Order: sequence, then C-alpha cells, then structure tokens
Amino acid sequence: MSFIELQNVYKIYKNGVTAIADMNLKIKKGDFVFVIGHTACGKSTLIKMLYREEKPTKGNVYVGGINVAKLKNSKIYKLRRKIGIVFQDYKLLPKLTAYENVAFVLESYGYKASEIKPKVIEALTRVGLKEKLRSFPDEMSGGEQQRVCIARAIVNKPKVLVCDEPTGNLDPDTSKEIMKVIETINKEMGTTIIMATHDRDIVNRMKKRVIVIKNGVLSGDYAKGSYKVDEAR
Amino acid sequence: MKPVRILGRSLASAYRSVVRNFSLSLASISCIIITLIIVSFAILLSYNVNNFTRDIESDLTIVMFATKSATDEQIQELRKNIDAVPNIKEIVYKSKDEIKSDMQNQNEAFRKIMEEWKDGENPLQASFIITVDNIDNMGETAKTLQNLQYVDIVKYGEGTVEQLVSIFNIVKKVMIVAVIALVFVTAFLISNTIKITIYSRKNEIDIMRLVGTSNMVIRLPFIFEGLFLGIIGSIIPILVTIYGYVFFYDKMGGVMFTNIISLIKPYNFVFYVSAILLCIGAVVGMFGSYRSVRKYLKI
Repeated sequence: MSFIELQNVYKIYKNGVTAIADMNLKIKKGDFVFVIGHTACGKSTLIKMLYREEKPTKGNVYVGGINVAKLKNSKIYKLRRKIGIVFQDYKLLPKLTAYENVAFVLESYGYKASEIKPKVIEALTRVGLKEKLRSFPDEMSGGEQQRVCIARAIVNKPKVLVCDEPTGNLDPDTSKEIMKVIETINKEMGTTIIMATHDRDIVNRMKKRVIVIKNGVLSGDYAKGSYKVDEAR
Repeated sequence: MKPVRILGRSLASAYRSVVRNFSLSLASISCIIITLIIVSFAILLSYNVNNFTRDIESDLTIVMFATKSATDEQIQELRKNIDAVPNIKEIVYKSKDEIKSDMQNQNEAFRKIMEEWKDGENPLQASFIITVDNIDNMGETAKTLQNLQYVDIVKYGEGTVEQLVSIFNIVKKVMIVAVIALVFVTAFLISNTIKITIYSRKNEIDIMRLVGTSNMVIRLPFIFEGLFLGIIGSIIPILVTIYGYVFFYDKMGGVMFTNIISLIKPYNFVFYVSAILLCIGAVVGMFGSYRSVRKYLKI
C-alpha cells in the first residue's frame, strides 16, 4: 500500500453539494505533489480529509497505514501528530513569540522542557528564523509568519506535510522563498509533501507531480515535470 | 512523568487564564459567592430544622395504661407482649404504687387524699411509657398496643403528632430540593463562564486540535479553571457561614424564638458546613466546566 491512498472516496456535504466524487489516488513516501484546480473544485476538501478535519462520506483514506475514514474522534490527535499542517492564514497565536508558538505543540504532547528547546531551535533554524525567536507574530512579515507556521508543522518531524495554499497570502518573491523552504524539507527530511495551490508560477517552475481536480473529480494526474498549467485550462 | 508534566502545565494554564480574564473570572466568582451563600443558608436552616425535629421526636412517647384489674403476673405477661411489638425503642414501666408515691411527692393535695386510701386500695392504673424507633409509624404501633390483652387506654397525642411529623417531613424535603436546585444553578453559571472563556480561546483550541493535542490535554486546563473558580468562590461564603452563624447563635442565646427550639452549637457545626460548601464549589466548578468543554469543543 502507498503511503497515502484514497479508494473510491466521496464527500457529500449535508446541503447536498458533492465536493469529492469517486476519487482514487496513490502517493508514495517522500513524494512532492501539487493539488490544483479552480476555487471550490474540492482541493481543500481533499487536503482536509487527509488530517480528518473532514470525514469522507464514502470510501477509504489511508495515511501512513491508518484508515482516516474509520478513525474515532477521540483518536484523531494520534493521526495529527504524524502530519504537519501549513495553513494559508498561518494560524499563529498572537500572544506567543515565534519560539513559544512552535514550543507549545511539544508542550501539549507532554515533552520535557529540556527536550523541547533543541527541537524548536532546530525547526526555526531550518526555516531561517533563528534570529527571530523572540518576535511576536505582529512584529513579523507575512513570509516570516508562514515560516513559523512551517517550523511548527515540522517540529515533531512528521512523515507528511500537508499545505493548504501556503503562499496564498504572499507576494511572488516571498512565495519563492517559502517554496524553497518546503522543498528543502522534502529533500533533506524525506517528508512527503502534499500542497494545494493556485499559484501557476510555482507549479510550472518546480516541476513536481501534479494532481488536477475539476468539480470534485480527479481530472488529471501528471508525473514529475510533465505538466504545464495551461494544459488544464 | 509525562502525566505529571501535563498536569503541571494544565494547572499553570488554568491559573493564567483566571488571572488574564480577571473581569470574567470575577463575574463568575461573584455568582458562585451569591449562590453558595444561599446554599449555606439553606443548609444551616435544614440542619437546624432537622435537629429540632429530632428533639421533638425524642420527646414524643406513647403512654399506655393497663386495666385496673390486671394482676402483677398479667402485667409481666403484658410487658413481654409489648417487647414483641415492632418499632419499640424503650419501655418505662410504672406500677400503681410508684405512680401513687410520685403524685404524693408532687402535690400536697394529692398526698392528703391518697393517705386516706385504705391499704391495698389503689384506683390508679399501672402505666407504660413507650418511645418508638420510627415516629412515622407511631400511630400504627399505638394501634397494635391497643389490641394487646390487659390494655385499657393508649394515648400518643393522635392528630397532633401526625400533623407535626408531616410538617417536618415537608420542610425537610423542601430544603433538600432547594439545595439541589441551587447546586444546579451554580453549575450552570460556572458552565456559562467557562463557555465564554472557551469562545475567547477558540482560536487557540482550534490550533491545538489541528496540531494533534489530545482532547484530555485540551480539556484539563478548563476543568482546573472551573475548580479554581469554585474554590475561590467558596471562600467568602465560608467566612460568612462561620462568622455569621456564630454571631447569630450568640445573639439569639442558642435558641430560636422560644426555649423549645434550640439551635445547633456553632462548633464544629460551622466547619462541617464550610467543608460542604468547599466541596460543592469545587465539584460544581469542575462539573460545570467539564460540561461546557465537552459541548463546545465537540470532543
């Protein structure tokens, strides 16, 4: 079985809208995959199903051997400890510094203070924020805040990093820097990356595997470098 | 050691939350104070009513007169039969002669009249004064006694006793219902306060859930917060109970309105009530917050 596998997955919301229909997908460990499509095509739903923010109506979703669709509510946290999540809006706590924002994840897992410090510093160094440990979110630029979000996502060394439009709020240059950070994580840590994005430029330039979703259906699956955004249009 | 660390961090977080959201905490602490003072009043009253009821009940007796013609042997037999009746706690027997001498000692006029009685002549009736275990069944016990052989009259204040007993029972029940209702009101108030705290920290909780914090770890600080609020909120009611009751007891001279109704002595009664208030505050605080955390975190 692949590291991430979707088998005949459907997601139909209570209001009758079908967000995902009969989706089958396999992603190997260490892959870097873009998920693209128009607004409201279902890519966010797909991403959210991976960390069980959304529960599939039908079908199976496997992440690292766990059937996410069958997971009990009380066990979701175990899945989420294996997944790092990067959000478009960063979701940082405004009253905590960069260091504290990353550390509080490990604190809530029950790590010792002496174990937390080196891990947090390592994660923040990896995203290039070693000098900003004591800065609060409102003292940092959008790009820096996103780096803190990435540091928080990788601090527990997850097997997979799920990114939901991480460059959506950033200018092109900052987006490039963020993508560089994510690519480095993929290469150096072997972390599987699944990233939903609107940014054609990034998708074209990085030449990774691309999954195209149209109206909730998987309309194309392109191997590394074989995709050009214009083809899907 | 991991659970201890998580517990420590939850306690610290709960403390921070109480201090940071001080105005909110103050609002709920005030509610707890008012409610617990009323609860304290209800407890003090119900214990005193109970105490008074017990006093009255222990004074209630059945008086039974044996027939005039009953011989000593027959009275012995009667006594054995009384022993066999259920619900009997204590029997005090008074023979004709004892009653006669009692009456002579009590009253000069009686003494003179009785001195004129011939030897062996005694028109009085031997009596039994009987206390019962359960006052509710006093009427039934009296009826059973009436049916025994060599029994002439059985008296127990029919009507008055039943009325008294039923009034006391109603008062007790009303007090219990009032205390339970107030406890629920307190739980509801605390639950509402914690709900507001949860709303104000919704963002934090959402992030915690997304990064894989277990439900228990998310829940614990809120439960401790409820515990803190409950304990802090019970301090003033405890002081009011201790000083208020002692003051009231001294002021009233240990009785209520008449000498018949005596109040419970303040020590250690007030400490006992204080412990109850502290427990109610703590348990209700935890229960209230547990309830709202469960409901609003959907965990």
